Amino acid sequence: MNVSCRRGQEWLFRDFSFSVKPGELVWLRGQNGSGKTSLLRIVAGLSRPEAGTLTLAGGRPGAYIGHANALKDDLTVTESLVFLARLHDLESSAQGIRDALRTLAIHHRRHAIVRTLSQGQRRRVALARLALEREPSLWVLDEPFDALDVHGIEAVNRLLVAHLARGGSVLLTSHLALGLPGNLVTELELPVEGAS
Amino acid sequence: MSGGVFTLVAGRDLRLAGRRRFEALLPVVFFIVAASLFPLGVGPEPQVLRQIAPGVVWVCALLAAMLSLNTLFASDFQDGSLEQMLLSRHSAVFIVAGKALAHWILTGLPLILAAPVLGVLFDMHANSILTLVAGLMLGTPVLSLLGGIGAALTLGLRSGGVLILLIVLPLCIPVLIFGAGAVGMVDMGLSASGHLSLLGALLLLSLVAAPPAAAAALRISMS
Amino acid sequence: MNRSIRLNMFAAPSSFYALSGFLLPWLWLIAIGFAVAGLYIGFFVAPTDATQGDSYRIIFVHVPAAWMSMILYLVMAGWAVFGWAANARLASMVARALAPTGAMFTFLALWTGALWGKPTWGTWWVWDARLTSELILLFLYLGFMALVESIDDVRRADHAGALLALVGAINVPIIYFSVKWWNTLHQGATISMTAAPKMAATMLQAMLLMTVAFWAYSFAVVFMRTRAIILERERQAQWVRDLAAKEAA
Repeated sequence: MNVSCRRGQEWLFRDFSFSVKPGELVWLRGQNGSGKTSLLRIVAGLSRPEAGTLTLAGGRPGAYIGHANALKDDLTVTESLVFLARLHDLESSAQGIRDALRTLAIHHRRHAIVRTLSQGQRRRVALARLALEREPSLWVLDEPFDALDVHGIEAVNRLLVAHLARGGSVLLTSHLALGLPGNLVTELELPVEGAS
Repeated sequence: MSGGVFTLVAGRDLRLAGRRRFEALLPVVFFIVAASLFPLGVGPEPQVLRQIAPGVVWVCALLAAMLSLNTLFASDFQDGSLEQMLLSRHSAVFIVAGKALAHWILTGLPLILAAPVLGVLFDMHANSILTLVAGLMLGTPVLSLLGGIGAALTLGLRSGGVLILLIVLPLCIPVLIFGAGAVGMVDMGLSASGHLSLLGALLLLSLVAAPPAAAAALRISMS
Repeated sequence: MNRSIRLNMFAAPSSFYALSGFLLPWLWLIAIGFAVAGLYIGFFVAPTDATQGDSYRIIFVHVPAAWMSMILYLVMAGWAVFGWAANARLASMVARALAPTGAMFTFLALWTGALWGKPTWGTWWVWDARLTSELILLFLYLGFMALVESIDDVRRADHAGALLALVGAINVPIIYFSVKWWNTLHQGATISMTAAPKMAATMLQAMLLMTVAFWAYSFAVVFMRTRAIILERERQAQWVRDLAAKEAA
């Protein structure tokens, strides 16, 4: 894909080309303000690039998880995950939901109202959706490890490895070092565009 | 397949409103309070009240319906739910339609049920009240549908609430005219079928045209 | 006015800037010239009306202003939608520039309508079907301007305005029809030229002259406003910087 993007009057990045292969995890790196989130949003299909083309198998990513968790304060954990699962045509049976929550070790709070959860716990619920995904598609994740503790990070890493093993691919940002085997990870630096 | 998301979103919105029942009732409370101000301002003479009643009830219904529009998309926008909905394989049109339905059930329907109470307060004849309710049944969905466009356009803006009013109210004027006019006809002993048919036509037009427009507005606001 | 000839103007803001700058003095000349001619004929040459005396002469401003207000709304909506559909920045800028002028003409139509109503009906305002429609049109303009000004992201504002203008344009016939219905139902007053089967030729002349004057004025003012918008939005571009440097020198 080759994209350019503006924020306001300034160019964030111009003619930035890259590709993500099946079974590959691309770790998008760059300074604050270099446009990592904007790039991810373009790849996800939420914004249009100012110029350039985006080619994706299937036309859209299999999953996008941004900074926000997409959880409603007033619903329970189970209700929230069921909604997200049904929204994205994933398995939403009671057993499937329980298993997904178990993968992220948040199963014990499955009847809790989201408002009562900590940030890290909410992130786990948001990421539990990935445990329901079966397709080898592209996952676009913006700071997925945000607010997670060591165990949470391990759980997510297991999910990512399993996804890559079945031929899926991942594009993510993370300000923390990734605890994944080096051979799976490709680092990609997003250069900071000077004001043109 | 896409029809499924319509019930999914509407069901979720209704469930959420059920967890905050008091807030869900605020528009109806406003409706009754605002309409009740008019006799205080105009005088309690039954003849005058009966004459202004259809207009007063309709205008207050308009304003009450607009009140809760601000929050139609705002909460989903802030917590990222709206993004997820737009990213799904489902058409945004059905998502918007689902939200509009939930909004109507939570705002329009209570207004329709509260209207006869106001009719009594304003000493309206039974036939007039019936026509008023019939008009509201046809007109309040139009308000929810048009309001969806306004809410989508003003997503995330500071001045959202009043701006929605300014944008949407002029578009709702035909509904107001035909709705209040229908009651006026009945008061004069004539048939209201013409007015109600026109309201029906507006409803059909809104059902078809408003959700796509609101979906387009969402895409604009989210990009 | 035939806009298709000028389509090449909209290729780039810089060429529009140059071309409009060249045309401006001529547009002002036309506007002022035709306005003087139109007003002269309207106020001095056209005959006194049988029923309304001399107070009717305000229609030479009122009617062209009302026409302009309605046409400019459609033009504005057209350019805004084009800017949205084709992602043409300049078209959106022109739409934004059109709004205040359209609103001004609407206000002028309302105000002159009131001036006409006073000697004719004795009140400053009458809920006549056309005046009421003009009032609602003013609300549509104000809504457009308020929405576009409230959104910080320029392109989002452009596109949002386009959608709103389109929805408004579709609604205008519905609103007009419903207001007419409302007016006849309540037997409201009507401001119009009473009963004269044929308008005196001079009256028609005066109105046409004023219409041309208003058109030229609109072009001039919209061009000026668009130029200002271009300078502001494209201030990072090289040609604008060169221009600023030249002005400063």
